[in-house]
Amino acid sequence: MSAPTVPASGTSSPDGAGHYGRYGGRFVPEALVAALDELDLAYRTALTDESFQAEFGAMLREYANVPSLLYRAERLSAEIGARILLKREDLNHTGAHKIRNVLGQALLTKRMGKPRVIAETGAGQHGVATATAAAYLDLECVVYMGEVDTQRQALNVARMRMLGATVVPVTSGSRTLKDAMNEAMRDWVANVDRTHYIIGSTAGPHPFPAMVRDFVRGIGVEARQQCLDLRGALPDAVAACVGGGSNALGIFHAFVGDDDVRLYGFEAGGDGVETGRHAASITGGSSGVLHGARTYVLQDSDGQTLESHSISAGLDYPGVGPEHAWLHDIGRARYAPVTDAEAMNAFQLLCRTEGIIPAIESSHALAGTIKIIPALTAELGREPTIVVNLSGRGDKDVHTAGEYFGILDGEQA
Amino acid sequence: MSGAGQSVAASGPGAAVDRSIAVAFEKTRAEGRALLIGCMPAGFPSVEGSIAAMTAMVSAGVDVIEVEIPYSDPVMDGPVIQRASDIALAGGVRTADALRIIEAVAATGAPVVTMTYWNPIERYGVDAFARDLAAAGGTGLITPDLIPEEAGEWLAASDAYGLDRTFLVAPSSTDERLAMTVGHCRGFVYATALMGVTGARESTSDAAPTLVSRVRAVTGLPVGVGLGVGNGAQAVEVGGYADGVIVGSALVRCLLDKPDEATGLTALRALSAELAEGVRTVAR
Repeated sequence: MSAPTVPASGTSSPDGAGHYGRYGGRFVPEALVAALDELDLAYRTALTDESFQAEFGAMLREYANVPSLLYRAERLSAEIGARILLKREDLNHTGAHKIRNVLGQALLTKRMGKPRVIAETGAGQHGVATATAAAYLDLECVVYMGEVDTQRQALNVARMRMLGATVVPVTSGSRTLKDAMNEAMRDWVANVDRTHYIIGSTAGPHPFPAMVRDFVRGIGVEARQQCLDLRGALPDAVAACVGGGSNALGIFHAFVGDDDVRLYGFEAGGDGVETGRHAASITGGSSGVLHGARTYVLQDSDGQTLESHSISAGLDYPGVGPEHAWLHDIGRARYAPVTDAEAMNAFQLLCRTEGIIPAIESSHALAGTIKIIPALTAELGREPTIVVNLSGRGDKDVHTAGEYFGILDGEQA
Repeated sequence: MSGAGQSVAASGPGAAVDRSIAVAFEKTRAEGRALLIGCMPAGFPSVEGSIAAMTAMVSAGVDVIEVEIPYSDPVMDGPVIQRASDIALAGGVRTADALRIIEAVAATGAPVVTMTYWNPIERYGVDAFARDLAAAGGTGLITPDLIPEEAGEWLAASDAYGLDRTFLVAPSSTDERLAMTVGHCRGFVYATALMGVTGARESTSDAAPTLVSRVRAVTGLPVGVGLGVGNGAQAVEVGGYADGVIVGSALVRCLLDKPDEATGLTALRALSAELAEGVRTVAR
């Protein structure tokens, strides 16, 4: 396996102003444009800068446990009737694919000569990853987190503080992830000369969606080669969960040019898209502008952002990265919702068949995969091979899952 | 003042309509003073309450009312306007209500400019909103999260309906961007005095006078300065170098902090009068 690097962009790249068709772009205060231009230049330079790539590659290999394994999940495969290959991003340092993005952006922060990073976080995973990278690279770190989430995710708040970060509870709006993102944006406007904002997904104004995608697209580059090595052929399909969309783009991107490889993104359907209590921006939302980009958004008829709902805090976001909006509209990737209940069934199945406790986010990818197997098998006339991005581990979800299944002693949910 | 005596006729195609806020700036320039713009979110504390508040501001000497359309995710606003917007949205204010408020305030004879984040307009339909805003008597839009590069539809619609376009310039804007942005403005240019969000500050920004002179170097359009102005003394100071003094959070706080609407309106009238006095005692 070759050393992981910041790969050059593949076939699905935005125009120079960050547009994917009608999506993406920059819907930001003028005060941020200079910083976005500075970042764009630094990121483009890094793409072709050998010393940057060497340093990033070494950090991923020696610190983050990348490349991650591609694992043949045989008992699961037998159970659900398809050859399932799990991309084990759950084994990365800090427990998810997110470490790739934060290490890339933190290194870029150093290159830009800025001493401070800020981040938004919902469940706390991106906040923990950012705090980790900040400790590792000696950067000051402030994490904005909705007040509601700081209460729901107290352990991750403690983790961030142990790592030396300052956690700021956000009390505006719905007091969740989207409001944390607003507050981080406000901090950035005020402190942009010495601060980089490490956005946690392929969302936000240009160049964030393309830059984050490029920092995580090693997932797909690795998985593609690993699948060829393992099976001598590409998979029939690649599946991932989609919140903001970084793990999905990370694994999709290297396959976009492989026309025979189907790409499936599974959104958080919450109680069901028809109930209105969900976080499925593509399947249950409409085109709009949120957090600096035009994309699919959960909004009311006046363009006010609606609150999203999902058992998975990491998917509980009312928008999605603009590249996904575009891949959806051109039909290159297919998106479908997965309910809380379906995700939790898949969560339990993976625990019992493989001895792997997945993140509830990643359980959406598994649940969606299970749903598409019959049609895909019929289409192919044989058992399909599907690469599923196991984007994170479930340690952080033990309490939520324990309550869901009613298995916490002395605390029946 | 380098811009004094120059024509303030709006630039660009389809411009120079009577509704332009440039007319109000010409009047205050002729009086040798800065123009005072007071901002209030539509529907705060209620639809009728916001009409009462804006009308009170006009009668206390505020020259132009800036009606902010409340938005769920206002990234350029500080805590005071965020809270007011939340209250307005929780009260169920709609974009159509904002247009009704604009119409009611414009009927007092005071020019009304609208400040809005982009998604509510995109959702309403850019052309439809421009049409309805013009019909309501609004002069144009201040767009805090829309830069000219993304504004194609709005450039066309504002030309079609003769509306002003106010894009923001910031201390961080390069000379090239500043000239490009100002070139797309009509009516007036909004200079954000500091790198940050809305909200009154103890002292006004050092960066603002420099930014204003950079704008004046590339346009004859009037320049309004916002962010951080909260009292009469600051209005005097900013009015000394800018054509317009823009006040938001300090006025909104008058209504937020008070136990009832009547007390709030009294405080609002008093601060409006203090600011109006400020822009009228400018030495220029």
